[in-house]
Amino acid sequence: MAFYRPASWQKPFAAVTLLAALALPQCLEFIDQSYYLGLATRMLIFALAASSLNLVLGFGGMVSLGHAAFLGIGAYVAAICHQAGIQQGLLVLPLAMVVAGLFALLVGAISLRTRGVYFIMITLAFAQMVYYLFVSASAWGGDDGLPIYERLQLGSFSLVGDAALYYTALGALAFAMFLFGRLADARFGRTVQAIRENETRMEALGYPVFRYRLVCFALGGACAGLAGALLANQSGLASPSLLQWTQSGTLLVMVIIGGVGYLYGGVVGAIVLLGLEELLLSWFAHWHIVLGLLLLGIVLFAPKGVAALFGRSRD
Amino acid sequence: MTQLVLEQALNGLQFGLMLFLLAAGLTLVFGIMDCINLAHGSLYMVGAYFVAAAAQAADSFWLGLGVGVAGTAGLGLLLELTLFRQLYRRDHLSQVLATFALILIANEAVRLIWGPAPLMLNPPDALAGPVEIGGFFYPAYRLLIIGCGLAVAALLYLLVAKSRVGMWVRAGAANREITEALGINVRALFTAVFVFGAALCALAGGLLGPLLAVQVGMGESVLILAFVVIIIGGIGSIRGALVGALIVGAVDTLGRALLPTLLGAVLPADAASTLGPALASILIYLLMAGILFFRPQGLFPARA
Repeated sequence: MAFYRPASWQKPFAAVTLLAALALPQCLEFIDQSYYLGLATRMLIFALAASSLNLVLGFGGMVSLGHAAFLGIGAYVAAICHQAGIQQGLLVLPLAMVVAGLFALLVGAISLRTRGVYFIMITLAFAQMVYYLFVSASAWGGDDGLPIYERLQLGSFSLVGDAALYYTALGALAFAMFLFGRLADARFGRTVQAIRENETRMEALGYPVFRYRLVCFALGGACAGLAGALLANQSGLASPSLLQWTQSGTLLVMVIIGGVGYLYGGVVGAIVLLGLEELLLSWFAHWHIVLGLLLLGIVLFAPKGVAALFGRSRD
Repeated sequence: MTQLVLEQALNGLQFGLMLFLLAAGLTLVFGIMDCINLAHGSLYMVGAYFVAAAAQAADSFWLGLGVGVAGTAGLGLLLELTLFRQLYRRDHLSQVLATFALILIANEAVRLIWGPAPLMLNPPDALAGPVEIGGFFYPAYRLLIIGCGLAVAALLYLLVAKSRVGMWVRAGAANREITEALGINVRALFTAVFVFGAALCALAGGLLGPLLAVQVGMGESVLILAFVVIIIGGIGSIRGALVGALIVGAVDTLGRALLPTLLGAVLPADAASTLGPALASILIYLLMAGILFFRPQGLFPARA
């Protein structure tokens, strides 16, 4: 893979999509299908989570199988704040990002000493530790998770309404995509991608390889924490199932379906996967078989993913 | 107290030996072909289901175990020939995705065929009771598991360390290209190793079936433990897998049994009762992170 280059029509396409997304709640209300607003919000939140993994995996080249830890930590930060009576989103959301980011910094500092399979496994081990910690922490609900009875306030706006939460998630995603887009083109993004391509050469050129990777890893963790906090508010529960390693696998699947290392890979993957789930679940309870076969097909025949259509590599 | 420790130590040994059966196949697949197989736990689950279904149909545990192990080996052969051969030369990411897909398919297929309720698997009648060893009673069936585990470990040691095929396997794990250049058919060798690994999975699943519930999702938790074992032991090393499995089995079992009591001696009771179980369940992951920190290649690296 070479440096990321967006296709010329990607920016206008994204702008049009953003406008359509802004109008979505009104359209759904107009055709009396407001049920789907919840699904759309989940898609946006998972798009944010998958994009944060794409930053680590696609741009940084670090195959992390523990990303669910940061998602779950964000969710638990939101729930614990709720338990303590803190409802101000302007405080809770940044706090979720900071806590998840700091934890990612710690995990990264240890894991990034290893390479390849060992890196995959040690990130998985850290995620399992967090999972078991929360499962056995009875003060925070243990197995049952920690409920959130009332959604956050954002400034003086309440997110109780579904549309308000939808717009918050949309805003967070749009901001993150803008940030990631600028980063990919900036000096930082170029350096990180170059390290992915040839670590030894970058090391020889005098770049602090470890530090660049660590910052990239922590940034991804922080954004996943934001997604987790939003997700807990949407579902009204911070549950240990968010921390299960299969959740990390699902996020990986989203990124790979969408396209590893393409800016919108995570977004496309999240929408495709959750859309497929909604569609297939309605007529076949065992839809995971279909999903599994589809994934095998993607691995064997279309390894670059759907979003590969949205960008091209310079050879 | 001594009796508790002794009993838990035997439980730990039993658990560790079963982990070794799983980790042995996994570490060879990993070591020789550099292929991540997340679906190894699914083979264990499918093996347990095969054994339970066959044992129910034949009304005999031993017959069920034989049929189930053979059936899982056949499934392993099919998977290796159709899918895994395509994956060896792909990057780790593709292997993770493809085998993750296999987990999804296996779990749903099992749920479709046998339903969501766990299957019952009864131990053979002759071994249902406890036996007395050194003044305390221990279930006879668990002793059988320990015996089986030790026998397989010894067999594997002879096979890998003393036989010609074992030499090829070790050579393949140390350096695949040179082994191929020396005229060894690594491809056929690997098919054999994969099938053997699948059979060991089914053996572990079938033996553990009467102790644990045979249910969907049983493979995932044990898969992670098997990964921890081979990372601790060093990928590709059978000796490392044995040592790692025994360490993990002992640390996990003894930690869960003794840590709350030990913490209670130094901490206030309520702190110990919350911290104890939490610490016990993450103990092996802490151990793994610690070992990776000081020895990133594991305890017995196959590639020196």
